[in-house]
Amino acid sequence: MSHECCEGVRGLRFSRRYFLKQGGIALVGMSAMPAFLQRAAAATAMPNKKQLVVLFQRGAADGLNIVVPFSEQNYYRLRPTIAIPQPRRGGADAAIDLDGYFGLHPSLAGLEPLFRKDQLAIVHAAGSPDPTRSHFEAQDFMESGTPGVKATEDGWLNRAMEAVPEENASPFRAVAMGPNLPRMLHGSASAIALPDLRQFKVMPQSPAMAATVQGGFEAMYAQTVDHALHGTGTETFEAIDMLRKVDPGKYTPEHGAQFPTNRLGQSLQQIGQLLKANIGVEVLFVDCGGWDNHVNEGGVQGQLSNLLKDLGQGLAAFHQDMGDRMQDIVVVTMSEFGRTAKENGNRGTDHGHANCMFVMGGDVKGGRVYGAWPGLADHQLNEGRDLALTTDFRLVLGEILSKHNGVLDLNAVFPGFENNPRRFAGLIKG
Amino acid sequence: MKVDSRPGARATQVRTSAKAFLSIFLSFAFVFPTGFALPTPAAGAAAKDKKVKQDPALKGLPITELSADEAILHALNRLAYGPWPGDVERVRQMGLAKWIEQQLNPNAIDDRAAEARLQQFSTLRMSSAKLLAEYPQPKQQQKQAAATEARTERPGDAAAATIARDMSGKGAQEQAADAESAESMKGDTNAAASMKQEPAAEMNAATRGAGKRDLLGGGDPNAVPRAIADDSKRPQRVVEELAMAKVARAIFSQRQLQQVMNDFWFNHFNVFAGKGEDRWFLTAYERDVIQPHTMGKFKDLLTATAKSPAMLFYLDNFLSADPRAADRMAAEQAARQWRRGGFGRPWPPRAPQQQQAKKNVRGLNENYGRELMELHTLGVDGGYTQKDVTEVARCFTGWTIDKPREYADFKFDERLHDPDPKIVLGKKIHAGGMKDGEQVIEVLARHPSTAKFISTKLARRFVSDTPPPSLVERMAQTFQSNDGDIRAVLKTMIYSPEFWSREAYQAKIKTPFELVVSTARALGADVDTPMPLVQWTGRIGEPLYQCQPPTGYADKSDAWVNTGALLNRLNYSLALAGNKVRGSRSDVGSLLGPEADGDAKAALNRAVQIFLGGQTAATTVETLEKQLDSPQLLQAKLDDPVKRVDLGVVAGLVLGAPEFQRR
Repeated sequence: MSHECCEGVRGLRFSRRYFLKQGGIALVGMSAMPAFLQRAAAATAMPNKKQLVVLFQRGAADGLNIVVPFSEQNYYRLRPTIAIPQPRRGGADAAIDLDGYFGLHPSLAGLEPLFRKDQLAIVHAAGSPDPTRSHFEAQDFMESGTPGVKATEDGWLNRAMEAVPEENASPFRAVAMGPNLPRMLHGSASAIALPDLRQFKVMPQSPAMAATVQGGFEAMYAQTVDHALHGTGTETFEAIDMLRKVDPGKYTPEHGAQFPTNRLGQSLQQIGQLLKANIGVEVLFVDCGGWDNHVNEGGVQGQLSNLLKDLGQGLAAFHQDMGDRMQDIVVVTMSEFGRTAKENGNRGTDHGHANCMFVMGGDVKGGRVYGAWPGLADHQLNEGRDLALTTDFRLVLGEILSKHNGVLDLNAVFPGFENNPRRFAGLIKG
Repeated sequence: MKVDSRPGARATQVRTSAKAFLSIFLSFAFVFPTGFALPTPAAGAAAKDKKVKQDPALKGLPITELSADEAILHALNRLAYGPWPGDVERVRQMGLAKWIEQQLNPNAIDDRAAEARLQQFSTLRMSSAKLLAEYPQPKQQQKQAAATEARTERPGDAAAATIARDMSGKGAQEQAADAESAESMKGDTNAAASMKQEPAAEMNAATRGAGKRDLLGGGDPNAVPRAIADDSKRPQRVVEELAMAKVARAIFSQRQLQQVMNDFWFNHFNVFAGKGEDRWFLTAYERDVIQPHTMGKFKDLLTATAKSPAMLFYLDNFLSADPRAADRMAAEQAARQWRRGGFGRPWPPRAPQQQQAKKNVRGLNENYGRELMELHTLGVDGGYTQKDVTEVARCFTGWTIDKPREYADFKFDERLHDPDPKIVLGKKIHAGGMKDGEQVIEVLARHPSTAKFISTKLARRFVSDTPPPSLVERMAQTFQSNDGDIRAVLKTMIYSPEFWSREAYQAKIKTPFELVVSTARALGADVDTPMPLVQWTGRIGEPLYQCQPPTGYADKSDAWVNTGALLNRLNYSLALAGNKVRGSRSDVGSLLGPEADGDAKAALNRAVQIFLGGQTAATTVETLEKQLDSPQLLQAKLDDPVKRVDLGVVAGLVLGAPEFQRR
């Protein structure tokens, strides 16, 4: 970014960039460097860090039509109009057979190759054990990581970062794609919310003033005695500067990956951009709403099908774009609860209990549907209506965090929950 | 004040003085207004030890550590949403104590000008019933609602209908869920996807990928939401008007403390607009439940919230019933049938077969009982047990909503009430019927834990993130000895030395709403259309009426200081000061005065004086000055060869200063 080194009086930026460019860090020695320089240096030179992408399907996705238990007779009896037909040879409008028992919704066809290549694992009948069927309560519990305890102020993903403290963490260590920091990322470890990479900059009326204005803000926040704002301000401007390197306006996904043009697709593309930029990203969060299909959910086609196309194409494009980087990345999906096993009177489904989770990445022992299957016979249903829960979502996350991200103290991440490795499903290598 | 009128002279002084010293200097500045030589920092430090003589404007208030300017600014930042141009001088003239007295008695303040600005929002004056009728759910949901109702709802009574549904084999919870429209939940279960992103909520189905909207939700705050643009009767409009009115009141109302207290209590008794029917209930909730009681008795406020359809719906109490209610009703129904069927039928009457399938029978819902104690009164450590939660929930069975989609009035339904005695916090509750719940409210409102919890929250809002325990203690005493009189508690707080301590000064980080509003006030902005300000508030992290959990938004700095939010704060101040916010205009030129026009330094110093009360670190001003040497800052106009300073940028920079993020 040499052209920016010459922007007038911005000495701070000049020297930082200069050091980074010239590799001056080694010469100067870390102790003599200002903190922000150390952070920037550490952030850029951070190889082989494992990354975690968390995707939250808000509104309670219908796990039974996403990963279809097509061998359950009762599935077809309970869902006369919205069931996904059993797999058949050459039939596109049917479930995609995964293991002779479960099948993927046909709109997730893009994920089938990943399952076959053992890059994608599924955990079925998973979720939060709390019986609530309230969206807001259940989301809250899933994000705080403490089902049943409302007083928890921070989120499990933030505590996971705290559990592996990093002295000179990049401002991009944890990024939520969206206008707000999700509950999951609340807490003492710093995390940023990025609605859109292209908009993460100081925006004066005239673009010609951008440097002047940013320089003004940057200087004020660099020099303020206000501790909290000093830290945040420094991080903000570092983030803006680092992001400029990414050049968010120009990005061509690799390996022919084509991201859908919807919000989820664009968010996933930007996540890919951030990961490739080598700016110290470790944790990424993306929201994806619209799953609360009480009415006309649809079967092979319809509302759920459309959402799944976006999801499947988005994740497949992400996997393709990342290429070998996928070795260091795990993507996990979750939703606050599942939906009723029986369809309702409006060809939709109501709030249920257990759900399925997707786990994708190079460290994943994919190609399998994990979790004890509780069955869908009437007497096997939770409260007579929903898929029963056999895997606590904290076990899935616990395994990912400990084996993939190197979190040692899972008790700190999920207090009050015994995350015993012996109970892990074994879906992560190592 | 002389200092105000001599921007040039002050500027030099500001630059050469450190912040702490500066405040002392300020307190002297008006004592020796003219010919006051620049004191050296050493002299300033010496002056600090001297007892400062109290300014007459501060008479009657226990202010010893703050200068008059600081104290007035402090009051305007805490008891109001920051100063409007000229406010500091007005309060000085009037005397700070008198201004405070006025604010504590809002009804005596003429507020017609602000009210006139709200005329355009017609939904503010409608009842919930009217809002439900005039702003119905769009077609799809209407059909669904009709289907649901046809299937299950008996006229006249939602909760009993719920029981009936349960007996028909369908869970009440899913029925309630049915009521939540597919579209509304798409956007609204996601706290992030709120009205500010209303278009995004619709992209899922039909219009997906069709528009050129900003799909990542960064969005343009100037964009006009659909419900506003086409003047439609979309239900989103109800909450949008509510949010616009909130912004407009906070900016323009003369009853500033009243607005601050509205915000405080709404947040304390938070209800999420995205939960089902609540979008139609919030208007009446804020207007009839919160506003009338903001400085009254806590018990009245608590009672009003307990009976509000908004709260009953939000925390599910409207569905809560004695688990035996279904049996009782079935038995009664059978008895009626037996009587109708005449003689010859077996006695005792038997309920029909399907009604005995009890697995889905609606029962007790503890949601409200728990939050009532945890969040509304005692606090999480207030000394209640799980057993108390259940008992309180039993007391409130039968507190429900009459026709939630039609009238939405409070109703006590005796048939759903648990008639047996209960024990709450060691006290026997057996008043019977609706009095059970009222007795619980009485017990909770008078409980010492409540006095302490409410006092702590007030002190956290008004004094600091970690308020001095001694102050909280005295406030709690006032609470208890004055029957929970909120105004009395506020007085104890305001007339305490802790409130005016150096430690409390500028100790609070502004919430996004406080920042958005205080910036508009600082600029003296004229706001015709508050929607973009509503959207900026959401963008900075506090979407109005969209706080999903019952805890309300946090009132501590760590919730609001994050990078994305900070950047949006800066961009907001640039946009507003640069007149780039649709529907808002401010005249920075006349605020900064004629000297500022051709002289960037003069403009800067004047802006620091006006927006930051002259208080900023010397280095900040110095650095900004350097930045302002930039040639781009001088904009040439076609018809005017003389280059002018871009005052919008100067004001935007200063309003984005760290000092302005605090109050």
